[in-house]
This record gives sequence, structure tokens and C-alpha cells, in this order.
Amino acid sequence: MTDPQTIIQAKEISVHYGSKKVLDNVSFDIGENEVTSIIGPSGCGKSTLLRSFNRMNDLIPSAVVSGEIIFHGQNIYEPHLDPTEIRYQMGMVFQKPNPFPKSIYDNIAFGPKVAGFTGDMDQLVEESLQKSALWDEVKDRLKDSALALSGGQQQRLCIARALAVEPEVILMDEPCSALDPISTLAIEQLMRELKKQYSIIIVTHNMQQAARVSDKTAFFMNEGDNIGLLIEYGDTQKIFSQPEHKTTEDYITGRFG
Amino acid sequence: MQYIEKEKYQQRLVKRQRTGKIFEIMCIISITIGIGMLALLLWYVADQGLHKLDWQFLISFPSRFPERAGIYGALLGTLYVIGTGGLIAFVLGVGTAIYLEEYANDTRLSRILQVNIANLAGVPSIVYGILGLEIFVRFAGLGRSVLAGSLTIALLILPIVIIASQEALKAVPSSIREGGFALGASKWQVVSILVIPQAFASILTGVILAVSRAIGETAPLIVMGALTFVPFAPDGFMSPFTVLPIQIFNWVSRPQHGFHEIAAAGIVVLLITLILLNSVAIFLRHKFSKNLEG
Amino acid sequence: MALILEGILDPRNYSNKRWRAGIFEQIIKVILLLVSAISIITTVAIVSVMIFEASLFFQNVSIFEFLTETRWTPLYSSKHFGILPLVTGTFLVAFGAMFIALPLGLMSAIYLSEYAPDKVRQVIKPVLEVLAGIPTVVYGYFALLFISPILQSISESVKVFNAASAAIVMGIMILPMVSSLSEDAMRAVPRSLREGAYALGATKLEVSLRIVTPAAISGIVASFILAISRAIGETMIVTVAAGQNPTFTFSPFVPIQTMTSYIVQVSLGDTPTGSIEFQTIFAVGITLFTITLTLNMISQYIVRRFRNVYD
Repeated sequence: MTDPQTIIQAKEISVHYGSKKVLDNVSFDIGENEVTSIIGPSGCGKSTLLRSFNRMNDLIPSAVVSGEIIFHGQNIYEPHLDPTEIRYQMGMVFQKPNPFPKSIYDNIAFGPKVAGFTGDMDQLVEESLQKSALWDEVKDRLKDSALALSGGQQQRLCIARALAVEPEVILMDEPCSALDPISTLAIEQLMRELKKQYSIIIVTHNMQQAARVSDKTAFFMNEGDNIGLLIEYGDTQKIFSQPEHKTTEDYITGRFG
Repeated sequence: MQYIEKEKYQQRLVKRQRTGKIFEIMCIISITIGIGMLALLLWYVADQGLHKLDWQFLISFPSRFPERAGIYGALLGTLYVIGTGGLIAFVLGVGTAIYLEEYANDTRLSRILQVNIANLAGVPSIVYGILGLEIFVRFAGLGRSVLAGSLTIALLILPIVIIASQEALKAVPSSIREGGFALGASKWQVVSILVIPQAFASILTGVILAVSRAIGETAPLIVMGALTFVPFAPDGFMSPFTVLPIQIFNWVSRPQHGFHEIAAAGIVVLLITLILLNSVAIFLRHKFSKNLEG
Repeated sequence: MALILEGILDPRNYSNKRWRAGIFEQIIKVILLLVSAISIITTVAIVSVMIFEASLFFQNVSIFEFLTETRWTPLYSSKHFGILPLVTGTFLVAFGAMFIALPLGLMSAIYLSEYAPDKVRQVIKPVLEVLAGIPTVVYGYFALLFISPILQSISESVKVFNAASAAIVMGIMILPMVSSLSEDAMRAVPRSLREGAYALGATKLEVSLRIVTPAAISGIVASFILAISRAIGETMIVTVAAGQNPTFTFSPFVPIQTMTSYIVQVSLGDTPTGSIEFQTIFAVGITLFTITLTLNMISQYIVRRFRNVYD
């Protein structure tokens, strides 16, 4: 297995909410066309890190991010860059499915429309739904409200919505935590498909899920007053079979968390 | 790689952000217009009326000559009518709120009451004037008296008082009630000894805010039959009366500029009364929130 | 507090009084129930007074004439009883007011909900609320003596009493109603929807107008309807500034009369009770009451019907 190209580089990322530190000096590389999972107990800054990749933390007035995220050779936190464009280049899927209270079609079309897409929208909607394996279930009711879909379908709609703006990276924040096991399986299956075209970063609580779907795993932990530390990062297989750190092993074997 | 050319996207993004900035500025202008109008109104009233406002103005009765006219009768009329009306609404409103929050279960009756109160709150105030005229002035034979005016005002603000008191009672944690019941207290003991004192400041705040709305009410009292020219102070509940806003209305309606100036002076008095009442409400609310912390 | 309770509840003071206490509890409950009934009685009284007196009026004037005749001259010797001039006058001012309050209120709401930093919001919101607390007679004074002269200086065709100055000032008065209710509806839109849209590369404007506003639309529409209802029932601004001429017109620059200001006009005069002139105020009153009640109920229905979309 050859080492993949790096697509995103996190360099010394620290995040504060007001005076409270939530992420401490994190550096690691994300590989192209890989699934990278971020695991660790609650409150160790996993979601915060994920939200640093597409500058979603900018939306929280008290959040301060320091360090660099290098994407396409450029630090996305450079002041002249518009976070809107960064977000447009990365898709994001949230913990709870959050479809807009619009039709299925309009949910997908929203991103491309605001970005200025002028091509064949019908085709784009179909393609996006097909990629997220939802097309067959909804093709006859594209004008129906997205809120009428089941939870699992809603989440796949949110994935389709993210794919419609043709991002290079997909950020997933515990995408299955609100879903039943069958829907979870469908989404995991989907991730294996998607990584052929996209790079995926997924925050998960579920260690089996990390083991099943990801190529690389980053383990985060709080140690005393030190909040949001990256303890260990490497191939998923290695992290789960022979971790280097004692804490990683304790966490993975379920001794805490 | 991206399906929209990067350059086109970026050019368009600049435009999108510019539109957004323009929109934000338009929003700020909208708010500024609202607040600016408020400032303009206050400035205009002060500019027109402040120099007419003196002790003589406060203790004189209306007159055919603007330089001799004052608002003593109207001020007293307002105190009488609003004081009495506020008191009646307070008793009835708090009683209703207690029934709805503490006694009534979610029965059909309580739902009808609730919907009814919401609808009453939206009835135009002038309709209460018609009601007052028919029921209190004519049917009950109270005439165009302070008492009839007070009852009209009481019914007018009753829905607001009920809603505010319900909010206050809802804010009392149920653990306090449970604690009382656990000690074997009866319903009324729990309500009167434990719940009402907890909610009292908050209820009072709501009542004061409702009363301060009533002070500005003109139309219902005109329709009910309050007089517009009253050269005497009310001397009891059966006395004819006028109130501040009606006196102001009367002066505004006259063509002479002199009356317009004393109308402005009257408005200053009215607004100061409102500010005083609202300050009391804010003070109470502030004190109340401190008590909760302690 | 607990000490007082224990004193009261001490069995030595209490046990033989238990029966009496039970009766006392029942009496309290009945009193409270009776007090609560007053709000129902009020509604019943409003409706029955209106219907009773209006029915006397409609014995003399046919409902058909009332609703279709375009002249309203009950106080003149040649009497006509067509409510249309009062209705058009009322709606002219109400819609004029909405023309001001709707865009300004909605934009203010969007700013307060989506753009304003917390500190700015905490200052602006109460200041806007002050606008709603100013007595309407003060607005009437301002409309007649400040706004109307300005309009007259712009165009000579504007009369001293006119619908436009009343509408402008009324628009300012109901602005806080539109803005605060709409803002409440917008703030109730879950954060997750905004985040979803931002994550797709939407700008703040696009999130505000294409996601938040449509998602809050039921609350926003309800606030508009309530504001119209309020404008229709408003009395003193129009009485002072819009004139006393029931004219069947759509021009905002000439004197008109609204339903409410007509009622005030009759009340100020010395119309004998029981006369047909006196009964007109009930015919007008029941029309006003029906219109505002219908609008309020529509608004409540919209809020209730669409409330739990996100739960």
C-alpha cells in the first residue's frame, strides 16, 4: 500500500472559546481518498477540530482558532480568504440530520444555486441522489417535503446535498449517532463508495465504526488540565491492534469513555 | 475539477458578498428609521411643550385661554380611573391566573378560557368603550362616572394582567409546591403561602406594565362617555371625570397654536408618568431576578 | 417559611378543624372559578351588546344597503348608511401603515436575529419596544402637527387632514410588533439549519433570506396579520390626523374617516341614545369587531398549525 497524497495539513491548531481552551496544538495530515476517523471521549475537541477544517468555528463569536490548515498549498485561515469559498469546497454532514424545510429537490439544489451553477440542475440532483444511494427511494417524489423522509433517508439527503456542490473533502460529525443500525450500515457502505472520489473525515463515538470504515485514526483525549490533546494518529489497523500509548489502549478496550 | 470555473465562482462570490453588505446596511437603515422617528417625536414634543410646563400648568383647570389652562383635573382623573381600574384588574387577573395555573386541570373549560383570553387581548380598545357605555353607564346606571371608567379600563387590561400573572406563576418551580404538599399543606395554603409570594414581584411588574398601557388609552374612555372639558377635580367614584390623554386630544383638536403647545406640555406630563411607572417595573424585575439568585 | 407551615399544620391546632378547612378550600376554588368566568362574561357581553344594538339598527337599514351603498351620512339630514367609505378609509390607513411597518419591521427583525451582535441587540430591542408603548394620542399629535405639514410642503394637493400622515405614523407604531414577533419566529429556527446552509457555502444574506425567513414564514405572516388587525382597530391616530370625512376614495392625501374615528365622532357629539344615529356605532362596531376577531383567529391558527415543525 503506497502512502497517499496529503490533501489537508493541520499545523499547530489550537481553539479557544473565550478563555476556555478546547483544542491544544494539534498537527496531522489527512490523506486524499481516504477515510480518516477522529475518536475520543466526549468533550475532547473532536467536533471543534472538524469545524476548524471548513471555518465553521468562525460562526461562533467567542471562538478563536490559531495555527494553520493547509489545503491546496494555502492556509485557509489567511485573512484575505472568504470562509464561504472554503466551505463551498468541503461538504459537511452533521450529527442530527438537518434537511431544510423545503422539497427534496430544493434541498439538493440549494448549494449549487447559491454558488451560481448554470448547468442542468435536474441532472445534478439525480446524480447527487444516486451517489448517496437515495435516488431509487425518492425519484418519484422529489417535490415532497424533505421533512417527510425517515431519519436515515434524511441523513443520506444531507450527504447528497453536500455532494451536489462537488466538494473535495467531506466532513462528517458523528453522522450516524441519531440513526438506527440499518441506516448506520447503509451510511457506512456509502462511505466506502464515496472515498473513491472524495476524502472523508469522520468524527465518531463508535469505535467499531471507526475500525470498520476508516483508513487512518486520530485519537483525542483530555489529560487533567490539558484539554483536546492528539494522543495518537496512524493507520486504523495499527491503532486498534497495537496502539503505542497506554491511554489509547485503555480507551479502545473500553476501560473508560 | 470544480464544476463551476474557479474564476467565475470567485467573481460571483465578490458580488454576493457585496449584495450582502448592501442588505445589511439597508437593515441598519430600517432600524435607524424606527429609532430615529422615536427620537424625532420626543424631540418635537419636548421642543413644543417643555417651555409651557410649569407648576401653574399642573395645578390649573382647563380654560378657554391656553395660557391659563392646566391639567390638574385630568391628572387627578387619570389617577382615580387608572388606580381603581388597575386594582380591580389586579384582583380579577391574579385570581383568574391562579385558577388557570394552580387549580384547573387541562379541561375543556380551561382551554376555552385560555383561547377566550387570547382573543380578548386582540379586541380593539374602542370596543371595550362600547361595552363600558352599554353595560356600566347605561345598564348598571353608573352614569359617566369614575367608577364606570375604572371598570371599563379594568376589563380592557384584564387579559394582559392574566397572561402576565400566568407567566409569573409558571416560573415558580414545581418543587416548591411539592415541598408544601409533602408537609401536608392544602392547595390554598401552598398557593397563598408558598407560590404567590414567590411570584408576587413578577406579577406586580406585569400589572404595572398593563397599567402603563391603560394610562395612554383614550378611545375607550371617550366612547364610554368621559368628558373632554372638566373644570373640576373628581370628588368620588360617581363624579364625572376626564383623563390626561383625552385632555391632550381635546387640545390637539383645537385650531389655535396655543392649545397645541399646551397639548405638547400635557404629552410631556403623560410620558413622564409612563417613564416613572416603567422604572418601577424595571426596578421590581431587577430586584426580583436578584432574589431568585440569592 | 417551613416554620410557618409547620405551625399551621401542627395536628394539635389542626385536626379538629379539618372538616372546616375542607369547606374553606372548596369556597376558595369556587371564588376563583367565578373570577375566571368574568373574562368569558366579558366576551359574551361584547358579542350580545353588539348583536342586540346592531339588530335594532338593521331593523331600519337593510344589511344590503349597509354593505353596498357608497355614502355614509347618518349625521346629516339626507341619511345614507353605506359602510364602504369607512371600510375603505380604514383599510387605506391600515395598508398604508403596513406598507411602512412590513419592510421596516421585517428588515429590523432579520438584522436583530441574524446580524446584530448580542450587545447591540440587547440595546436596540428595548428601544424599539418603547415605540409600542407611546400612547396613540401622542402619535396622533405627531402625525397632525409634524408629519402632515411636511407632506404639505412636498405637494400642495395634500390636505391638513389626510390618510397618509396617519398611515406613516401608525406604521412606525406597529413596527415593533412586526419586528419583535418576526424576530421571535426567526430565532426559533434551529441553529442546525443555519449551519447546514453555511456549510454548503451560503453567505449570511442567503442563509437569512433563503433558509431562515422561509422557515420562519408562519410566524412572520402571523405577525403581519396581527399588526394589520391592530392597525384596523387603532383609533386616536386616525381620529386626530385623518379627518372626519367619510369619503369613498383611495387617495391618501385627502381627509377620510375610519370605522374607529366615526365611533369617536358620534361619542363626542350629543347624539341621543336610542336614535338611529346612536345605533350606527354598534353597526360599525360589530363590523370592526368581526374583522379584527377574524384576523386574530387566522393569526392564532397559523401559529398553532405550524408550531411544531422542528420538534
